[in-house]
Amino acid sequence: MSDAFGLPSRILLLGGASEIGGAIVARILAEKSADVVLAGRHPDALPTGFHGARSVERVEFDACATDTHEAFFDRVFAGGDIDLVVLAFGILGDQAEAESDPAAAVLVATTNYVGAVSALTHAQQRLAKQGRGTVVVLSSVAGQKARRSNYIYGSSKAGLDAFTEGLQLAAEATGVNVIHVRPGFVKTQMTAHLKPAPFSTTADAVADAVVASLGKGNRSVWVPAILRPVMWLIRALPPRALRSL
Amino acid sequence: MANAAHRERRSLSGWGRTAPSVADVARPTSVGAIAELLTAPAPRGVIARGLGRSYGDVAQNGGGMVVDLTGLDSILDFNTSAGTVTVAGGCSLAAIIELVAPVGWFLPVTPGTRFVTVGGAIACDVHGKNHHRDGSFGSHVAALTLLTASGDLRTLSPEETPREFWATVGGLGLTGFVVEATLKLLPAESTAIRVDTERTADLDATFEKLRATDQSYRYSVAWLDCATRGRLGRGIVIQGDHAAAGEADTPSALPSQHPRISAPGWLSLAPVLRSPLIGLLNDVHFRRARPGTGRIEAIEPFFYPLDALGDWNRVYGRGGFLQYQFAVPLDREDVVHSALGLLYDAGLRSTLAVLKRFGPESQAPLSFPFPGWTLALDIALPAPAAARTLSSLDDLVAEAGGRVYLAKDSRLRRELVEVMNPRLPEWQAVRRELDPDGLFQHDLGRRLGLTGSSS
Repeated sequence: MSDAFGLPSRILLLGGASEIGGAIVARILAEKSADVVLAGRHPDALPTGFHGARSVERVEFDACATDTHEAFFDRVFAGGDIDLVVLAFGILGDQAEAESDPAAAVLVATTNYVGAVSALTHAQQRLAKQGRGTVVVLSSVAGQKARRSNYIYGSSKAGLDAFTEGLQLAAEATGVNVIHVRPGFVKTQMTAHLKPAPFSTTADAVADAVVASLGKGNRSVWVPAILRPVMWLIRALPPRALRSL
Repeated sequence: MANAAHRERRSLSGWGRTAPSVADVARPTSVGAIAELLTAPAPRGVIARGLGRSYGDVAQNGGGMVVDLTGLDSILDFNTSAGTVTVAGGCSLAAIIELVAPVGWFLPVTPGTRFVTVGGAIACDVHGKNHHRDGSFGSHVAALTLLTASGDLRTLSPEETPREFWATVGGLGLTGFVVEATLKLLPAESTAIRVDTERTADLDATFEKLRATDQSYRYSVAWLDCATRGRLGRGIVIQGDHAAAGEADTPSALPSQHPRISAPGWLSLAPVLRSPLIGLLNDVHFRRARPGTGRIEAIEPFFYPLDALGDWNRVYGRGGFLQYQFAVPLDREDVVHSALGLLYDAGLRSTLAVLKRFGPESQAPLSFPFPGWTLALDIALPAPAAARTLSSLDDLVAEAGGRVYLAKDSRLRRELVEVMNPRLPEWQAVRRELDPDGLFQHDLGRRLGLTGSSS
């Protein structure tokens, strides 16, 4: 059960190796101890400890293997209520490669969109049975507007954005809150080879913004906050204006 | 019975309006109807709810069932010569006052609001301004009827069934539904209170004043300034007794059964009560207090100043608020000093800070009060520093051998529950006998792991 500050007792991090997801968990544990369940494709490669965690459990989870999701969620929820689900998995893919290799493009779409749709639907069903819970969905500003340089990744996040907005509406009456997070370019290992875009941010800044939104109902969080009006303007541009971006 | 089966799925929160959860809510009007509800399968259990004045999540049960007992509010017997009253569990203290005060009796113990049910007052073992003399609510219950998980009605009393009785007193609703109770009333010649008020210069002076004088009064409490730099802990000590018949010039008005006016709904959209205003209110409150002796006050302004405005919790806006109340042994006044300092340094301004000296503890294993100092603070949310600050305060309280009030809690770390309540295992054992399958559940219990099972 989350407390008056929205701080959870038990957290499920989907994408247990994610740097941003890990930062969110660490930031929460700095406020209050909790049990942590890390889920990822290679459980042995996931972190074994978090400072301040009451316990850390590592469970195998493959976003693309959606037929395994039901058993996965059954197992995790059998261990007790989950107060917070953080959906942090996702792949950037290689845009150039994906343009010539349909399978690579499909992998990005399957992981980031199909996998998320499955996981979020399973999670929502179970949180609704608890009568309460919070879901943090890590999306990206890339979903706001197609760019020449990353439209495959962007389209998967655009789908995730639409799904998440709808989930917020559907979940409200069930006592479940959805925090929809849209960071700009986050400087992590996954993006180390890329040139930071304007308004880039850090995993810790995303974590701060998420923790500040806990316990406040449905929230739409942009990191940094200036991206909300910036993206509003960019969306108004004609598609061709983003040809070179 | 179609009526008994009627359930509405909706969101509930405590008086602090934090951490809501959705549950199936039923409002039966007979014991038979409740028993019928208990026979229906409830995957996440069931809990009783009264008038919803508990600050935290003790009367909510996310994903399960919540039984609103306020439909069970009848007064069953009033013995005017013996001074006992038998009521249904959902009967409010306000209704009892209205019945008994005109004929020379009063509640033996009353919290700061009269809009609570008798069942809730027993389950939380509430206390009032007379704790130093009269103890907590459960000590004035002659007998109660508990609807248990098996659907049986059991009559519990401190003489016949002490284990079950005291596990239910302060048992946070987890032993069953209190559907009926007999209270031993306090004789009170008049409906007026004779009040002495004095200002103190600092916290040590407040301690000294309470220590030296509270035994001379039935009611004794101090309001502390916790928002004025350099003046932390200066206080207004308010002490009183029931006035003798004829002492008041005119008979004092009795409080009504419902608040006369309510805070408007839009208030909850605008967080009015923020730090600067709270500081100002603290200062104004202190300056306005008129020191004096022998002033005659009516029941409502003396016991229930906040009851005058219905839904007053809305003044805190959408973020809501929490109440943090702790108690520490008498020789650990330093923890109260530290508490005021820690909160002030963290920028947390309590709207209301109430200090009181508790008297002897009750026999109930989970009852909150024990001989010592208790401080209650209201904190507006959201407050970024609150989680960590209160957590450090918890550590000080636990280290001093103190505890926080579970019935009001909304944020304690579960690791500290047993440290603060060493008799928890004893209570858990009785609860397991009364409710072996864990039918009675609430969000508070899950959050704190109260029943010993996993979350």
